[in-house]
Amino acid sequence: MLKFPTISLAAIVTSILISTSANAGQSYNPVSDKIALKECSACHMAFQPQMLPQKSWEKIMGNLSNHFGEDASLNPADAKHIKDYLMVNAADAGGARGRFLRGMSGSSTPIRITETPYWGRLHNHEIPERIWKDPRVKSKANCAACHREAASGYYQEE
Amino acid sequence: MIVTPVARIRRFAMTVLISVAAISAAHTAWATPQQDIIAGYAAQAKSQDSRFAGFSATRGGTFFSAHPGGGKPETPSCTTCHTASPLNVGHTRAGKEIAPMALSKTPDRYTDKKKIEKWFRRNCNTVLGRACTAQEKGDYLSFMISQ
Repeated sequence: MLKFPTISLAAIVTSILISTSANAGQSYNPVSDKIALKECSACHMAFQPQMLPQKSWEKIMGNLSNHFGEDASLNPADAKHIKDYLMVNAADAGGARGRFLRGMSGSSTPIRITETPYWGRLHNHEIPERIWKDPRVKSKANCAACHREAASGYYQEE
Repeated sequence: MIVTPVARIRRFAMTVLISVAAISAAHTAWATPQQDIIAGYAAQAKSQDSRFAGFSATRGGTFFSAHPGGGKPETPSCTTCHTASPLNVGHTRAGKEIAPMALSKTPDRYTDKKKIEKWFRRNCNTVLGRACTAQEKGDYLSFMISQ
């Protein structure tokens, strides 16, 4: 009779410990807009808009015909729709102070999430160069190679 | 012979069924969606060049493997991402899988003209640094549906 509550209490304590630990992983709202999801996940995972400030998304969307060395141009209607979605969900949308703004200088406009100081703090010292060169990873843009649930917004600690 | 209403309905239903079957068989014999799209490019190629003499799957295969220059340095050839054989799964530079380009491996390809045009626009610019001609597009598609 006493066993059941003891076990469940232990489970609760463990889950609290895990969820409050700094290494438990992070959650972001997954990309919910249908057009953004379809178009932005054609070549890579649809990165969550909270990972860059508005000015970064503006710069990226302003140069889709040379998107990191590829032509990713869209028809004007879809491009505008996606840009609007990114603007209202960016790290600094509506005066928000999202995690990805931490350590970012006001004068910089990173166009890669991997160039942000926050991303760097979480990866640069911990991940050896050979991991990025592994053919199963191939690129720092391939979040899901390690964070399997990245596309649904959950980045577990590896 | 008395034809009962039930028999009449049966006979009518049979006629309808046979007609539907005949029409769909004829349609299949005319063209697949991919062949319709290629026919559209043939019309365009004719209007671009009066000497147009049809598409060639072999020429499309050569085009697929070529390193034409003029495009972006990261993507010198179609094969950069799609691998040397269209039967293989490819990978984008960001590491995402691309279903094989060969129709035999990915049967739902080449049915949506808008999608085809979007990717020709992007990838011809990325690999060749210019738009592809209707001749090149038709050759390429002829190659992919033959694979």
